[in-house]
Amino acid sequence: MEKQLLFFDSTLRDGSHAVAHQLDTDAIKSYCPAIDDAGLYTVIVGHGNGLGASSLQVGMSATPDVEMLRTARSGLKRTKLGAFLIPGFGTIKDNIDPAVEEGVELFCIATHCTEADVTRQHIEYVRKRGKEAYGVLMMYHMTTKERLLEEARKMESYGAQGVILMDSAGSSVPSMVSEKIKCLADHLNIHVGFHAHNNLGLAVSNSLIAIESGATIIDGTIRGFGAGAGNCQLEVLAGLLSKIGKNSGLNLYKMMDVSDNVVTKMMTGPQEISSVSLISGIAGVFSGFAKHVKKAAERFNVDPRDIFMELGRRKMVAGQEDFIVDVAVYLAEKKGAKEESYDLGALL
Amino acid sequence: MKKIKVGIIGTGNIGTDLLIKIQRSNILECGMFAGVSVGSEGIKRANLMGVRTSTDSVRAIQNDPSCCDIVFDATSAKIHLINAPILKELKKFTIDLTPSQIGKMCVPAINLADCLGHDNVNLITCGGQASIPIISSIFKVHPETEYFEIVASMSSRSAGPGTRANIDEFTQTTRDAIAIFTGVKKAKAIIVLNPAEPPVLMHNTIYARIAKPNIEAIRSEVMSMVKRIQEYVPGYRLKIEPVFENERVTVMVEVVGRGDYLPKYSGNLDIITCAAVNLAEEYAKRKMLCNEV
Repeated sequence: MEKQLLFFDSTLRDGSHAVAHQLDTDAIKSYCPAIDDAGLYTVIVGHGNGLGASSLQVGMSATPDVEMLRTARSGLKRTKLGAFLIPGFGTIKDNIDPAVEEGVELFCIATHCTEADVTRQHIEYVRKRGKEAYGVLMMYHMTTKERLLEEARKMESYGAQGVILMDSAGSSVPSMVSEKIKCLADHLNIHVGFHAHNNLGLAVSNSLIAIESGATIIDGTIRGFGAGAGNCQLEVLAGLLSKIGKNSGLNLYKMMDVSDNVVTKMMTGPQEISSVSLISGIAGVFSGFAKHVKKAAERFNVDPRDIFMELGRRKMVAGQEDFIVDVAVYLAEKKGAKEESYDLGALL
Repeated sequence: MKKIKVGIIGTGNIGTDLLIKIQRSNILECGMFAGVSVGSEGIKRANLMGVRTSTDSVRAIQNDPSCCDIVFDATSAKIHLINAPILKELKKFTIDLTPSQIGKMCVPAINLADCLGHDNVNLITCGGQASIPIISSIFKVHPETEYFEIVASMSSRSAGPGTRANIDEFTQTTRDAIAIFTGVKKAKAIIVLNPAEPPVLMHNTIYARIAKPNIEAIRSEVMSMVKRIQEYVPGYRLKIEPVFENERVTVMVEVVGRGDYLPKYSGNLDIITCAAVNLAEEYAKRKMLCNEV
């Protein structure tokens, strides 16, 4: 039997990156009831890097996770409340337990695409608590389809009800999407999903290709609100699906209204493909690095594009934002930047 | 002089690296290398060295308590919960290399002497061993600091199945240890595995939230701490000196391994196994002194 297409809405999670994790409860309060009957499967809420990720490394949240979840909970009746967690950032005791108490029904447990075994404890725990668990393989462009299948099978064996490939760097070309999604969909019994980023202008198109290749979960955001160049714009995908006669079960007008009236108010600028995001897609570096790279580039007087290319060359993975400063210092020393341009010069 | 005998439980990456380091010690010798997997690389290695091995795990020590005075537990947090009371009963000085949080937490550069009187000493995690000394140096200059954070990244190859199965305790224990050692209200630990080839060195970033940091004073404290750690972890080095950027004090340290069991990139093994050997040697020295008297 064909699996139903499920839409995961990460607007209140990935969108957090776009505003340096400054989403407030007012935004969540207006978003959740408005989107609740749009036909989405789950609304995922929290810091951009997941529960427990508020940090100097990736950015401090304006609103604690628990408060965000509580606010979202009261606004959702039909759509499941979801949360995202990266083992190594959040823990069961500090983050999963409190989230379950707040009424989270679904967890996405994410890790770098080759490291699925670190999700075992968390996926098993979430299932034991009677909640839904999905595995997420981030930066999926960095490994082969065979390895992705091996890692996805581990997640399936831990009890994951689906595995989502995350194009964290927006680095996918269409053939990569179809080849890898098809490989997983052909060999797994659980849902296969895709989470796109728009660095190369392909987020919606790649999501459609994923569906045509067998994906039954699409993870995106309203208005594409998200890290770097943003995500698969869900209302655009909904429109596209209706145009090709595919039943998505989504309420297009409702999503458009939320996009125009609610999400625009959360945004601090238009969701566009800036040069820095384009470079991040080319270099294959995590989209969420963009704001940190811009800061470090200014601070150490180097070109942000050079930082991205060097991070790509060093094969940095999501969560390694500290290497942005390391690379910036390295590049500054390499080019012999003016000493007065950064405090470090005074120390050496 | 007669050497003091140690037992190692756990024959994975950490246990085997420990075994090789013990071979070099002038005062310690390995009397038992015990795990559970018959064909493990570690057991093969130990057999070649002529070290007594067993696949009976802690039972090997129960069956012959005279095989050692000191026990290193390099299994997993869950298994140490079972082993700890057994070893206490046997009156073995136990050095726990799992993130179980059972015993007295120890970072040799900070509180080695305080730990020798305890029967079970916990070495936190590799990330904790590498970063807590830097935190304590910053804290010395700025005791008003309200928030510390560390990011430990290591190569995927150096993180064995035990570390991976314990990632949650690893993260939680490292965070808890920062708070325990400083009394700071809020702390955070982040652990990242990187699969890049060639493998990346073990890398630690330490952040402190301080409004007006005295970078010069921090720098001098950090420098002397680095020297102290280098006495027992030769590959420990400062990568980025204390710098104030983005409203935070940032310090980065790297650990180059000796390449004993796994290659040099695996400094995450050395930082904790060197600490363990250092602690065991200090304990053994005291024991020898007592025996002489």
